[in-house]
Amino acid sequence: MIKAILIFNNHGKPRLSKFYEHYSEDTEQQIIRETFHLVSKRDENVCNFLEGGMLIDGSDNKLIYRHYATLYFVFCVDSSESELGILDLIQVFVETLDKCFENVCELDLIFHVDKVHNILAEMVMGGMVLETNMNEIITQVDAQNKMEKSEAGIAGAPARAVSAVKNMNLPEMPKNINIGDISIKVPNLPSFK
Amino acid sequence: MAPSVCLQEMIRVIRSARTQGEERGVIQRECAAIRAQFRQADSGGRSHNLAKLLYVHMLGYPAHFGQMECVRMIASPRYSEKRIGYLGAMMLLDEKQDASLLITNSIKNDLSHSSQYIQSLALCTLACMGSAEMCRDLAPEIERLLKASNSYIKKKAALCAVHIVRKIPELGELFTPSAHSLLSDKNHGVLHGAVVLITELCERNPGNLDEFRKAVPELVQIMKGLVTSGYSPEHNVAGISDPFLQVRVLRLLRILGRNNDEASDAMNDLLAQVATNTDSSKTAGSAVLYETVLTIMDIKSESGLRVLAVNILGRFLLNNDRNIRYISMTSLQKIVQTDHTAVQRHRGTIVDCLKDQDASVKRRALELSLALVSAANIRSMMKELLRFLSTCPPELRSHATSGIFNAAERYAPSQRWHIDTILHVLITAGGDVRDETVPNLIQLISVASELHCYTVHKLYRALISDISQQSLVQVACWCIGEYGDLLLKGDCDEIEPMQVTEDDVLDVLETILQSHMSSPTSRGFALTAIMKLSTRITNNIESVVSIYGSFVCDLLDLLGETNTSSQANQNQVNTTSNSTSSSVQENLLDLLGGLEPTPGKGNILFYFNLFTGTMSVTCLCVFSAPNVTVYEKGGVNLKLQCDNQTETAITVTFTASNSTQSDITSFTLQAAVPKSVQLQMKAPSGDVIPAQVCPHFCRFSTQSAAQHLKMRVRLSYTSQGTLCQDMVQIDSFPSPAWN
Repeated sequence: MIKAILIFNNHGKPRLSKFYEHYSEDTEQQIIRETFHLVSKRDENVCNFLEGGMLIDGSDNKLIYRHYATLYFVFCVDSSESELGILDLIQVFVETLDKCFENVCELDLIFHVDKVHNILAEMVMGGMVLETNMNEIITQVDAQNKMEKSEAGIAGAPARAVSAVKNMNLPEMPKNINIGDISIKVPNLPSFK
Repeated sequence: MAPSVCLQEMIRVIRSARTQGEERGVIQRECAAIRAQFRQADSGGRSHNLAKLLYVHMLGYPAHFGQMECVRMIASPRYSEKRIGYLGAMMLLDEKQDASLLITNSIKNDLSHSSQYIQSLALCTLACMGSAEMCRDLAPEIERLLKASNSYIKKKAALCAVHIVRKIPELGELFTPSAHSLLSDKNHGVLHGAVVLITELCERNPGNLDEFRKAVPELVQIMKGLVTSGYSPEHNVAGISDPFLQVRVLRLLRILGRNNDEASDAMNDLLAQVATNTDSSKTAGSAVLYETVLTIMDIKSESGLRVLAVNILGRFLLNNDRNIRYISMTSLQKIVQTDHTAVQRHRGTIVDCLKDQDASVKRRALELSLALVSAANIRSMMKELLRFLSTCPPELRSHATSGIFNAAERYAPSQRWHIDTILHVLITAGGDVRDETVPNLIQLISVASELHCYTVHKLYRALISDISQQSLVQVACWCIGEYGDLLLKGDCDEIEPMQVTEDDVLDVLETILQSHMSSPTSRGFALTAIMKLSTRITNNIESVVSIYGSFVCDLLDLLGETNTSSQANQNQVNTTSNSTSSSVQENLLDLLGGLEPTPGKGNILFYFNLFTGTMSVTCLCVFSAPNVTVYEKGGVNLKLQCDNQTETAITVTFTASNSTQSDITSFTLQAAVPKSVQLQMKAPSGDVIPAQVCPHFCRFSTQSAAQHLKMRVRLSYTSQGTLCQDMVQIDSFPSPAWN
């Protein structure tokens, strides 16, 4: 079983944290810090497996990690998972992200962390590996995104109207516009970008 | 900041914060806005707000107020809101929150939704954070979904079932029939899920093994298909067709074939085929090969196959890739108990790995080396292990030392070797040995009676070069105390002679007592050693007593700490009032030859056992804390002493003495303390201080710690007919000696 999946950068800032066992918020942050501390000490040419740490002290859990440019991908697993298999899984995960984001970089992960969660949800569920076929994963993720967008299309009209109004620059706006039944209260909008 | 700003904008603002404090401020403002939005149930940017909250949660800030919002979002008909709601539920909710029960109904509805993606959201969330009650409620739904026609849903339902079985093992029966039938699906995802489910069912309930052993032919078929099929771009990873599935199937075969001849027979051919045909140049192939090797070793396989398996592992031990070496050692660890001789063949390589730079590889090598120690190789292995100990990374030290001690205890070829080994470890890594090691070692040394002389000499020599390793210090002190006479005799068979005088020994012990590196336990051992030496060293009794006297307070610390030490039990603590002790003291000191009691810290009394003429040392300690003079004028001397300090209360004793020729009468003492302190005055022993007399007690008890206490004391007395009054301000009180 996979206990946790963490992505953080070379300075320890978390970019994704998914725990498949429950810990309190403080414990989660501590685990992230400790994992970063352990992983950042490693040289470049040592093996990708680590033991020792709070998540894994004394029990049979291991940290399996890969370092890509500025990001560390760390999977914490117990002994029921094949270590080399997880190493390959990390590779598949990164390749999938690459396909979905088109040459993924750290900024993509920062600004679209919810999308990364969705992709991960197609690969690992409840701590168990669900799907490892990259094309299958991408197909499903695309279909879901399409569904979300199509929903937004119809119901997104109010949001679009608001953003249009934001871009307007009317010197004077009445506080209340009354059009029959609909009463629109105009919010105080700062000039935006 | 406008409340409906999107996630990206907020992330941008947070990233542009230059300091931690600024970031915190930004996030607090955002959270306040989000909270307000939640309360309004504003439908426009709901999913944005929750997404923002989850981002903030990832950075480590509290987000529990979003829990109810998650529940609301999950119930929404819109996919985008459901999606973020379920994500929020997985991140923020868990079994312990009441809110998690509220989503059970939503999940139930969503499991039967027409859209497979909404079904999958529900399945995912249930598998991630489903509590036992939720699982019980929804298990029938999951079972129904296992039979669905949609393979996307089937594979997710299978893993969800695994989670349910983990939470409530009894429900496994519900899934057993469907699990078997899933194996005939062609979709790899479904197969994968099915194999995981069957594995879980077999592990939870061994009764299922018989049922699923019938599936062995099917599993063998699946594997054969994967291994022999041509290049299939869909599932290919580095030339291996779906290695993840292969690994899973192999693991299941291992469980099914264990202790069962029939099942093992059915798999033999397949395993041989996989072992020989798999290309292990890439990680994927190695993963499959390892799984195969472990399966071969675990089931009842033919001996030829076993030899093949161990050879594969040995080959990988020599691989340049550290990952492969690590994994091969992990695999060897799993089989070292059952196939000890086979693994012994690779001992040399394993021991070499102890010198690898990689800490993970070192750890594995250490574990394996300790498992490979046997009576035959103990001497050479120990050499290697001791060499390893000197370059060992700190996190492995205590494990290494205890492993070495265990191995030495089980296989020591001679007592002297054993003691040498122990000494070596203490000298190299004495700071990392476990606490119970010291009494065990003492026991061991005391039993080896013909080696006492040798041991004490070696320990003494180690001690004079280094007193920082506490366990070494403790064992050495004990030995010196017990066998000090052997040490002083100077000659010993097995090492070159060295003249050790009593002064040398006492110097060493005194250095230990005074060193700031010594722990209280070590000091206790040293004190006890001095005590014991007092019966053996007859010339230097004064030094013994003086050293002893100056450290009585540390002894009191020791008494508090080492209640179990049998030496410490010999010591008794008695408080006697000053008056009686002084007369006893004087008599004893006469016997001792006119020693002055050491001032300040306290006094020790030695009892002489007059009947046997030997001096058995029992320690009587008099509680006397430092005496500070606060007022001295005209022959009147006022001393201050603090004792009986607890956290909040001390007893202050004023002692007035009169060194003039005539009596002092009408002596009164008044004290004032700050408002934060409470004062209780006890009656003084009198108001007349006869001439030339020392004690006159006047006790105060205050509710304050010594360091906070300030007092103003007014004295008033009549001396030689004149009335004198004086005021003394006392700003600092001495803390009692033993605190």
